[in-house]
Amino acid sequence: MADTGLVETLLQRVEKVDGGLDSQDVATSLGVDHQAIVGAVKSLQALGDVISAEQRSSKHWELTGEGCEIAEQGSHEARVVSSIPEEGMPQSQLMVERLEDLVRDKLLLVQKGQASQLEEKEKNELKKRKLLSEVTVKSYWITKGSCFSTTITKQETELTPEMIASGSWKEKKFKPYNFEAMGVALDCGHLHPLMKVRTQFRQIFLEMGFTEMPTNNFIESSFWNFDSLFQPQQHPARDQHDTFFLSDPAQAHEFPQDYLERVRKVHSEGGFGSQGYKYDWKIEEAQKNILRTHTTAVSARMLYKLAQQEKFTPVKYFSIDRVFRNETLDATHLAEFHQIEGVVADFGLTLGDLMGILHQFFNKLGITKLRFKPAYNPYTEPSMEVFSYHEGLKKWVEVGNSGMFRPEMLLPMGLPEGVTVIAWGLSLERPTMIKYGINNIRELVGHKVNLQMVYDSPVCRLDS
Amino acid sequence: MPTVSVKRDLLFHALGRTYTDEEFDELCFEFGLELDEITSEKDIISREQGDTKAEGASDVILYKIDVPANRYDLLCLEGLVRGLQVFKQKMEAPRYRRVSPASSEPQRLVITEETTAVRPHAVAAVLRNITFTQERYDSFIELQEKLHQNVCRKRTLVAIGTHDLDTISGPFTYTAKPPGDIRFKPLNQAKEYTAQELMSLYKTDSHLRHYLHIIEDEAVYPVIYDSNGIVLSMPPIINGDHSKISLNTKNVFIECTATDLTKAKIVLDMMVTMFCEYCEEPFTVEEAEVVYPDGRTCQYPVLYPLTITLHESTEHIAQLLTKMCLRSEVMSDGEQIEVEIPPTRSDVIHACDIMEDAAMAYGFNNIPRTTPRTYTIANQLPLNKLSELLRQDLAAAGFTEALTFALCSQEDIADKLLKNISETRACRISNPKTAEFQVARTTLLSGLLKTVAANRKMPLPLRLFEISDVVLKDESKDVGARNNRRLCAVYYNKSPGFEVIHGLMDRVMQLLEIKPGQGNGYHIQAADDSTFFPGRCAEIFACGKSIGRLGVLHPDVINRFELTMPCSALDIDIEHFL
Repeated sequence: MADTGLVETLLQRVEKVDGGLDSQDVATSLGVDHQAIVGAVKSLQALGDVISAEQRSSKHWELTGEGCEIAEQGSHEARVVSSIPEEGMPQSQLMVERLEDLVRDKLLLVQKGQASQLEEKEKNELKKRKLLSEVTVKSYWITKGSCFSTTITKQETELTPEMIASGSWKEKKFKPYNFEAMGVALDCGHLHPLMKVRTQFRQIFLEMGFTEMPTNNFIESSFWNFDSLFQPQQHPARDQHDTFFLSDPAQAHEFPQDYLERVRKVHSEGGFGSQGYKYDWKIEEAQKNILRTHTTAVSARMLYKLAQQEKFTPVKYFSIDRVFRNETLDATHLAEFHQIEGVVADFGLTLGDLMGILHQFFNKLGITKLRFKPAYNPYTEPSMEVFSYHEGLKKWVEVGNSGMFRPEMLLPMGLPEGVTVIAWGLSLERPTMIKYGINNIRELVGHKVNLQMVYDSPVCRLDS
Repeated sequence: MPTVSVKRDLLFHALGRTYTDEEFDELCFEFGLELDEITSEKDIISREQGDTKAEGASDVILYKIDVPANRYDLLCLEGLVRGLQVFKQKMEAPRYRRVSPASSEPQRLVITEETTAVRPHAVAAVLRNITFTQERYDSFIELQEKLHQNVCRKRTLVAIGTHDLDTISGPFTYTAKPPGDIRFKPLNQAKEYTAQELMSLYKTDSHLRHYLHIIEDEAVYPVIYDSNGIVLSMPPIINGDHSKISLNTKNVFIECTATDLTKAKIVLDMMVTMFCEYCEEPFTVEEAEVVYPDGRTCQYPVLYPLTITLHESTEHIAQLLTKMCLRSEVMSDGEQIEVEIPPTRSDVIHACDIMEDAAMAYGFNNIPRTTPRTYTIANQLPLNKLSELLRQDLAAAGFTEALTFALCSQEDIADKLLKNISETRACRISNPKTAEFQVARTTLLSGLLKTVAANRKMPLPLRLFEISDVVLKDESKDVGARNNRRLCAVYYNKSPGFEVIHGLMDRVMQLLEIKPGQGNGYHIQAADDSTFFPGRCAEIFACGKSIGRLGVLHPDVINRFELTMPCSALDIDIEHFL
């Protein structure tokens, strides 16, 4: 709060004039520093509409230190000349006449406040010689406000329990809040954005009546990950380049023996209406432990389990969990990511059913325009890539993969003929990166995450 | 997915009409292809090697088309055009015929016993009176390369050799010899080399060096001779220069050597069916006879169409299939359709593959969408349900969720936590590309500490948690390992804050409805753990079982994770609370 005396003096001055006052003039006439007047104006403004103050700025020319010296004593040249004694040097008579000291004259004009008499060019010349400088002066034009009064009441900052108890708040004036400022950052915990999206996808599946599969087994045998899905043993996905193999524990033991035999047969000889792949199927390949490359390995285990039931019952399954690929890493690919998978098994499901259910699923994500492209996948037939129309990019973009599991996968498990299984999958990271506008996957997943991004991420509503 | 690049104008000429890029893209989409890129040789060179190198390169427009991995019949211009023309009903699917030579015995390829040890199978065929142009010749060479990369699995399963039949004379012998005994002038070289010399010559060849490993360590190398002792090829590495084909070649001898006979037959069928349209009598292939070490003989190429009977019936389905190069007829009973699968469609192995083609011909997007009536009640996995509920409440307790990798280095879970790797029960990866993927994590703590280290700029304190799986070896499981769901939290500040992490543990127990106390309650008691500062670690017991630890981390642990402040941590196994 500025000096109350000064504030009151200022208010009295404002009261006396009809129009307004310039703060510079007030400072000069009161003989105080201009900053003190500015302080008084600011504290009056904080009280509301007591005064109104409009900021103004004006420019004027001032002499620099050197300029002042010249104005007082004459220019350097003149001083040199005048310091030569009349009888002095031999050449002096030749050189010297009484000089007219133009520089000094000009500076004196400025000093008297008559700078306007000089031409711009002259002023700039002197400015270059560092004898003059142009100064901007800020001041306030002060006029009476709508609540003008020469007496000021002290304002309260906050409501207190005592004021409430005594009722004194009724007589008090409260300092207005600055609604422009941000609130205090809260000290709270946050959920990770990818996990928020996972929660939403989980919710969607539950709303659609899907049961969650137990996917808590990152380590899987090649048998369940590939062979049971009718993926041949020479398939490129089973290369060292694509899949993480384990050295410890290197091999799986214990397979359902009769089922394993049926799998061997359908690969190497065919059967169940299939020609098979006709190659030498090796148990050693099937035993190799890997980090699962897809959660479909778990779907295979679940479907096998379903086939062992005495009587088949229709099922709808889903899972969202980590899968692993020994791939080249870049801004959108990591060695591990989350796969979202949905599976429906029932008698007589059709391609139309698959497309229908995909529509319902993607509708819940706010995606309504879908179309399907024929594709190839070793364990589904037909296979369809799902495309959605991206309004921003103005083109169709791939949003997932889908298909009907091959009979060579289902029949050896022991599922009844006529049962068809439709399935689809997508990654969790991609929709999350789009949703939260993240370009580098490392900022989202893993220890290099930007915690500020986690703190700042909004709630996740996929359909809006 | 393999990519085929074809010259646009050549393609349109063969298709008999032009398309806009959009129209062609749409056609590809319906047919299960993807127009991946529209470019030119000039564009490609200037992108890869700079504009100066690209000067003078061809600016003919190229279409790069992605082809499904099982459709080897679409890997060249000839096959693509045939597939699309039949699809658009502009031509009938050709019938491929195997014919005997007009005036002489068929060419013979005799396989000797020695090949058994290294590459036991071989098949062969002849393209008689073929006419090459520059484009056809380029496509012929390109198809071999495409097949080598795909179905041949980089020549490990099958290797193709093509020869000017008029420069050699049968019968041909496929045998295997010690590398020192093989000597010939290989393709595009000026002099003769022994097989040994060739292997070192090609060590630096950017293309061929990738195939050397296939036979490098074998005692004998495969080799094919003609009746005069001229080397046709040393599969799967290189052909001889003598029999190389040129634009003027009229008769082509094709041999495929293999470790997988089924694949060799498919590859040979692809080579001949794709290019026999340029023979004097189109779509015929001259047979060759293969003689096995045991005296058996076989005629190749196979080319026989496979017949599959569909238990579906309508005239319409049969028409649709015919659009996909699958000749189909409704059988007399009107209940079934007989479908003839041409040799080009090796991807068709089951009736379901045919039904997919029928659906494609109909148009996936023309199929009415229906809703399955499957009635089911949803269930959450109890472990995931518990995890979800705890996550919400840990965030409400002021902790922020981290999401760290399940794979890490051995150092992360052992040395840096002052533990011996042998006590971690860690599962080990045999083929990691970098140290970041040596093991599956056995604790969530190292990931959280790395997260803190990457976020040192953030204001203190840092309170982080994660609920996720670690992996432990477990003999009782079929794969020898199992996941274990853990809850881990750290508090990182200027003071260790044991009381904070202790308070969090109390809160977790409260959430799980476990009261303080011995017996059915929970309590903590001092424990020794090398990861923690001596005297500042306690073991947590709930319902009489040890469920985890909490404490102040050892200063050496802090240092090894490149941190500077004290830190306390909580680590519990939540599977006890299911």
